[in-house]
Amino acid sequence: MRRFSWFNATSLTLGFAFLYFPMVILVIYSFNESKLVTVWAGFSTKWYGELLQNEAFLDAAWVTVRVAVISSTIATVLGTMAAYTLVRAGRFPGRTLFSGMIYAPLVMPEVITGLSLLLLFIAIGLDRGVTTIVLAHTTFSMCYVSVVVSSRLMSFDRSLEEAALDLGCTPWDAFRSVTLPIIAPAVISGWLLAFTLSLDDLVIASFTSGPSSTTLPIKIFSAVRLGVSPEINALSTIMIGIVAVGVISASLITKRTALKREREERQAGR
Amino acid sequence: MNFRRLFLIGLPYLWLLALFLIPFGIVLKISLSDIALAIPPYTPTLDFSEGLAGLGQFFPALDFENFTWLTQDELYWRAYLSSLQIAVIATLITLVVGFPIAYGMARAPDEWRPTLMMLVILPFWTSFLIRVYSWMGILGREGVLNQVLMWTGIINEPLTILNTNTAVYIGIVYTYLPFMILPIYATLDKLDVSLLEAAEDLGCTRTSAFWLVTLLLARPGIIAGCFLVFIPTLGEFVIPSLLGGSDTLMIGKVLWEEFSANRDWPVASAVAVVLLLILIIPIVLFQRNQQRQAEAEQ
Repeated sequence: MRRFSWFNATSLTLGFAFLYFPMVILVIYSFNESKLVTVWAGFSTKWYGELLQNEAFLDAAWVTVRVAVISSTIATVLGTMAAYTLVRAGRFPGRTLFSGMIYAPLVMPEVITGLSLLLLFIAIGLDRGVTTIVLAHTTFSMCYVSVVVSSRLMSFDRSLEEAALDLGCTPWDAFRSVTLPIIAPAVISGWLLAFTLSLDDLVIASFTSGPSSTTLPIKIFSAVRLGVSPEINALSTIMIGIVAVGVISASLITKRTALKREREERQAGR
Repeated sequence: MNFRRLFLIGLPYLWLLALFLIPFGIVLKISLSDIALAIPPYTPTLDFSEGLAGLGQFFPALDFENFTWLTQDELYWRAYLSSLQIAVIATLITLVVGFPIAYGMARAPDEWRPTLMMLVILPFWTSFLIRVYSWMGILGREGVLNQVLMWTGIINEPLTILNTNTAVYIGIVYTYLPFMILPIYATLDKLDVSLLEAAEDLGCTRTSAFWLVTLLLARPGIIAGCFLVFIPTLGEFVIPSLLGGSDTLMIGKVLWEEFSANRDWPVASAVAVVLLLILIIPIVLFQRNQQRQAEAEQ
């Protein structure tokens, strides 16, 4: 498109101000001395200190990270298998049901997913705890992984796989040395997506967690229900900081590899 | 079918059957049961030890009583209607806010675009809960917004925004805005500039070219964005519980309370089944829109 007008500039400025203003406020108030979050009483980092001494929060954070790492790893394996099946396996009995089950959890309201899994765990007599949250998170995030991976699988040149098979590779070797390196970026972003979805989830975790396995979102939710708290502001600031550093460095790395590849291609062309 | 293929298909298949389809079957079954003072708190329960005789007692005990109850008690149908209303209005506001941003991104210089893209996606990676929570400190009676408005003398009395439907709308628009911007930007980005030039050469004013060409061609993106906001908003729980008031009726919240506070599992399950039935229509329409778009691209 063309002609970047004043109207465009204004809408971008206002739009991004709207997107970032609440987070900026949150970060500023996390350094507020006063317990009353609405009164500015000078700069202080004491809420960060209190946060680091709050064992309940630290325990919850540890549970959350453990659940996220385990569930996103299993989800990546299962999701990649599911994507490979959907794109490459051709026809098999129950294929429609299978693809339905992959797409349905993406649009299913969280309250329903949570409720149905809880009822299942009770029906089979599985005690609620870290295991049940991992099972729940793996189930919905594997669907996200499989959507990300299958879009990559659909766009790549199948003849590369066929060439490997013709040259005597076993199907597993062909997958490992040809397919996997090509879809690797999608698999990695699938893992990251599954990881953040798990870190973020409140509703499904609330249904499937037990008394000994409170996750960080559950803890935050029960704390902020009563109102704004400076400790939660500090915690939010740390979480926003981690995400910002992660996303910005990821985009810098992608940019640099793209530049490097361009340079190499230019040299190879010469 | 060889063993490897069976394993590759079978493992994710069985996982989803066991942890997606069967749980949903259980919800369906419990929605047809009656509440009971027992563990688990519903009846009948399926007793496999009695064999076929157990099944004979099981099926006749199921009925649609809970669904009849949903139509009789005012709370439920009012909650469904008010969720629908909130979801529709919030989707339209998000469209009005999101479209100019997507439009500005599509017309921005090429070298800005990766940064603008990153700025839209960044909030999506930060915790949903924290983004909703951040508005509590702004909209409260002594929040930042009221302080600024009082200080500038625009108002004398603090406004009550937090714990009203207005706060719910703000929360929804804020958290779902990236879902609206990205699909619209994707269609606007692919828009062929020569079409606009052709329209102007043929005597269109710039404004009518916008309405006739840009908006029409951006339609698949607009539709996709609207569904991506509408579908999750309908069953939303976090936003109405943190930003809404006691009079904010949304079905996700009702389901949660029915389950955890009232411990009425059969009614909670019936609420879930009806919510899904309502959602099937927009989901099918959304799928069709996506398919048409994919076919148009080929």
